[in-house]
Amino acid sequence: MREQNGFQETPAVRKRQRIESIAKLALAAGTVAMLLPLVGIVAFLVIKAAPVLSLDFLLKPPVNGMRAGGVWPAFLGTVYLVLTSLAVATPIGVLSAVYLNEYARESWLTRIVNLAVVNLAGIPSIVHALFGLGAFVAFAGIGRSILAASLTLAVMTMPVIIASTKEALASVPYSFREACWNCGASRWQTIRHVVLPNSISGILTGVIFQVSRTAGETAPIMFTGAVFYKSLPQGDLFAYGLFDQCMALSMHLFTISTQVPGVPDSVSYGTAVVLLGSVLGVNALAIAFRIYLRTRKKW
Amino acid sequence: MVTGIAASAKDLSINYGAKRVLQEVTFEVAENEIFAIIGPAQSGKTSLLRVWNRTLEFAPDARWTGDATILGQSVRSLSSVYELRRTVGMVAPLPVGLPLSVFDNVAFAPRMAGSRRGADLANHVENCLRQAALWDEVKDRLHELGTKLSGGQQQRLAIARALSHDPKILCLDEFSIAIDPVTTMRIEDILVGLANRMTIILVTNLTQQARRIAHRTMFLLNGHFIECGPTERIFSDSPERRETFEYVRGAFG
Repeated sequence: MREQNGFQETPAVRKRQRIESIAKLALAAGTVAMLLPLVGIVAFLVIKAAPVLSLDFLLKPPVNGMRAGGVWPAFLGTVYLVLTSLAVATPIGVLSAVYLNEYARESWLTRIVNLAVVNLAGIPSIVHALFGLGAFVAFAGIGRSILAASLTLAVMTMPVIIASTKEALASVPYSFREACWNCGASRWQTIRHVVLPNSISGILTGVIFQVSRTAGETAPIMFTGAVFYKSLPQGDLFAYGLFDQCMALSMHLFTISTQVPGVPDSVSYGTAVVLLGSVLGVNALAIAFRIYLRTRKKW
Repeated sequence: MVTGIAASAKDLSINYGAKRVLQEVTFEVAENEIFAIIGPAQSGKTSLLRVWNRTLEFAPDARWTGDATILGQSVRSLSSVYELRRTVGMVAPLPVGLPLSVFDNVAFAPRMAGSRRGADLANHVENCLRQAALWDEVKDRLHELGTKLSGGQQQRLAIARALSHDPKILCLDEFSIAIDPVTTMRIEDILVGLANRMTIILVTNLTQQARRIAHRTMFLLNGHFIECGPTERIFSDSPERRETFEYVRGAFG
C-alpha cells in the first residue's frame, strides 16, 4: 500500500512540518513583542492625558506657570520650525540628490561625498545643536531665533532627504534613461520628463517622513532658538517672526516634566499626546500617499 | 543602390577599465544596406553600437581609441551629440516602453528637439507607428501607457520611437531576444522595407536572422574581427576563416 501512495507522511516530512510551525510561531511572537510596547505607550499616554484632552488644550496658551491651560504657543512654534527647516532642506537636498544620482560620475570625490552624506545622517543631534549654535547663532550673527533653529534642523535632515531622494530616483529603471538618451534627449530633459515625474512621489514621501523627525528633536533647538515660555496673542497663526524665539512641543514637554515643579501629570501627558498625535498624523498622511501612488504605478 | 559609407570603424578598440572588449576593428557599412554583426556574447557588439551614438560615455569606466564615423564625420569631434543620436536610431535588446502614453512615447524625440508640433506631430506619430506595424493594434489606445503593451508590441513601439527622429542609420541590438518568433518575423519584414530609406545595422545572436535579411555580415569573436563579407559567403561552405564556418554551423558560441 505504502509504495502505491507517493504522498505519505514520512518521519522526515513530519519533522519539517514541526520546524515549520515553530519558525512561524517564533516570527509571529517577535512581531507581537514589537507591537505590544507601541500600543502600550500610546494607550498609556492617552489614558493619563484624558483629563485635559480637548480642542482647548491645543488652542489655549499655558497659564498658571505652565501648570494649566494648553500648548498653543509650543504647537505653533513646532509647526514654524518644521516648515522653515523643510523649506530650506528640501530644495537643497533634492537638488544635490539629483546631481549625485544623475550627473556625478563615479570617482573618489563622489565616493567621499556619498560617504559623507551617509555619515552626516548618523551624527547625534546634540552635535548638530552645537554646530548650529556656533555657525548660525554666533558666527552668522542670526542670534537665537526660529531661523537659526530651523537652519540647524535643516542641516540635520538634509542628509536623510538626500538619501531618500536618491533611493526614489534609483527606483526609476536605468533602461528608461538610456531610451531617452538614445533618441537625442539631453540629461536634463530625461530627468525633467521621465525620471522626476516617476520619482516625485517617493521624493515627497521621504520629505514628509522628515516632519516627524524634525518635530521630535529637542537638542538642536534648545541652544538655537527655543525658549521655556513665550506668550502669544491667542488664535494668531502668524504670531512668530523668523527672528523671534519660540516655544516648541518637544522643548515644552522637557520643561514641564523636569524644570517646573507641581505640573499635573495630565498636562505633561497631554503635551506628549499632542506631539505624538501630530507626528503620527503626518506619517499616516505620507503612508496613505504612498499607498495611493502604488496603485497607479506606471510599469 | 549603394552610394556611400554610412558608418565606419577604424582601428577601433574599446576598454572597460583594464578589460578590452573590442580589439582594433576596422570595417565600413555602406548606405542603405542591412549589415549584420554576429558573434557570441562578450564580443563587443553592443559597445560598438554605443560608440557610434556616443552613449558609451555614460559607462563610467569605458574608453575607446581609434576612429568611428557616421555619414563621414568622426563621432569624436561633433558639435551636437544630440543630433548624432537622432541620426543613429537605437533599439535595445529588452523592449522599453517609456512610462508615457503610446502617443507620447513616439512624440518624445520630436518634442525634445522641438522639431514638430500640433497636427504635423500627430501625423508623424501615426506614420512611425504604421512603419513599425503597430498602428492597427494601438490606434484606439494611444493614450494608454506604453509600458502596459505586450513585449512584442513594446519592441515595435521602441522601433517607432527610434524612427520618430528620422534616423539615417537604424541600429538594432539583439531586438528579438525577448519577443516571440512571429513578431520577430514581422519586424524582419519591416527592416527589409526600411532599408530602402536608411541603413540598418543589426547586431544579433541568431545567425539565421543575419542569413535571412542581411546583405553583408561581419563576424566578431571575443572582441576580434574574424571576417566580413557578403552574407552568402559567410554562410557558405567556404567562408574565408574556419572559425566562421564552425560558428555559423553551431559548433560553438
